[in-house]
Amino acid sequence: MGSPAGFRERQELMDGERLARTVARMAHEILERHPDMSRVVLVGVRTRGVPLARRLARSIKKAGGVEPPVGALDITLYRDDLTTIAPHPVLKGTDIPVSIDGRTVVLVDDVLYTGRTVRAALDELIDFGRPDRIRLAVVVDRGHRELPIRADFVGRTLTTTRQEVVQVLLREEDGADRVVLLERARPRARRAGAPRARKATRGRAGR
Amino acid sequence: MNGYPHRHLLGIETLEPGDIQAILDAAEGLREVLDRPIKKVPALRGKTVVNLFYEASTRTRASFEVAEKVLSADSLTITTAGSSVSKGETLLDTAKNLEAMNPDMIVVRHSASGAPHFLARHCRSAIVNAGDGAHEHPTQALLDALTLRQRKKRLKGLRVAIVGDLLHSRVARSNVWLLSKMGAQVVLCAPPTLVPPGIETLAPVTYRIDEAVEGADAVMMLRIQLERMTGGYFPSVREYHARFGLTEERVRRAKKDVLILHPGPMNRGVEIASEVADGPYSVILDQVTNGVAIRMAVLYLLLGESARESEPVPEPKRKRGRA
Repeated sequence: MGSPAGFRERQELMDGERLARTVARMAHEILERHPDMSRVVLVGVRTRGVPLARRLARSIKKAGGVEPPVGALDITLYRDDLTTIAPHPVLKGTDIPVSIDGRTVVLVDDVLYTGRTVRAALDELIDFGRPDRIRLAVVVDRGHRELPIRADFVGRTLTTTRQEVVQVLLREEDGADRVVLLERARPRARRAGAPRARKATRGRAGR
Repeated sequence: MNGYPHRHLLGIETLEPGDIQAILDAAEGLREVLDRPIKKVPALRGKTVVNLFYEASTRTRASFEVAEKVLSADSLTITTAGSSVSKGETLLDTAKNLEAMNPDMIVVRHSASGAPHFLARHCRSAIVNAGDGAHEHPTQALLDALTLRQRKKRLKGLRVAIVGDLLHSRVARSNVWLLSKMGAQVVLCAPPTLVPPGIETLAPVTYRIDEAVEGADAVMMLRIQLERMTGGYFPSVREYHARFGLTEERVRRAKKDVLILHPGPMNRGVEIASEVADGPYSVILDQVTNGVAIRMAVLYLLLGESARESEPVPEPKRKRGRA
């Protein structure tokens, strides 16, 4: 997959090997904090959270834990910006294979940015049951939160501007494993946090 | 997939195969919501939908209402009885008055062909045709297609027989358009008195049900609309059943894995024998579940996006009944 229209790659933040090490480290952290893996469900936020959750589950098994079940959450119907996004997102459906009642749910996503995706994911999860606790695992935390949300397991924390986009590319979806930083192809005068430019980079399509 | 390009759903005739595909795919994705412990998602919160039903309906109305509730739209249903319609208010006046309350969508069923097109030209809301006269019933054709696609994994190349009252059937017309656009092979079958002129240009017509059912992947039965059978179209209901009813014996002429569809309400022992309606190849109840999913998809695609520029509304071709 190439860069989204109007953006070009500025920097590779992680190569495949580095990403694999990051995921393995996160798996160890999750296992360390939740030794009773039989009570844990990993739930990936579509699209890229799902393959990441599967990788985490395998890594947890490798690290000596019980492989936790993996679910997928399609938050499209819970978004707060359904009417402001231009192309209609394709619905892929939510699939939670086990009851989440009384369990620990680890929500998995690729990039944590405004926090609005996580807000939608929390709302949706709670409609599926009453988990004991919900944790959040993300590969990249790039800041700029608009809601009081923080991640419990973070692969890497980055300082970014709102004009930039962080993309986690995965073999399963994009053909190769990489994390890249994108910027606008024709940089305009940079005004950090300019509210106009924010709209274009928000949402799940390009963050 | 890019944004769904239409503002209204008035009929199948004016849709592109890609539009049909988009609605079916969205329905497939939304279907899962119906199996959740809490069957409600906030996707259309704050949207208002008016269901304006000038004709009796059970399935269509109920499934639009369920779809609206599942997607959190606010909805109200107005039927002819108990509203100002019975006091003689015209369709346009009723619609204009409802519009003053600012609904985002009007779902309309009307006995006159073209009524939804007429509203689309005069109203700001998105209009969905829930059946207009003998013209179209697009969501029924879409749910039939979804049912076929789920079971057969494709539409292209399927041989589908549509049997029954073609003359009064908006379901048949929408289905013929949809199935031929999607590359299925349609055969129509009815007594000569119930074949509307010109329909043979859309699909081959036969007067013998055995011929139509032969080798079929699916048979769609149409209801004999007893309330419209005042014109002496056939000698008796028993005679119709003997010549055109779908019996167990006739089903055997079709493919082994044939699917039997019926839009409901069924006249058991008239167009369809009870043992066929309740038989293993009958997918009639799947159709009802899929009906909710299709209506969710239509609501979601038409309301889930910011207002599109309005497109010109095509004049429907004149059919029987006043537009």
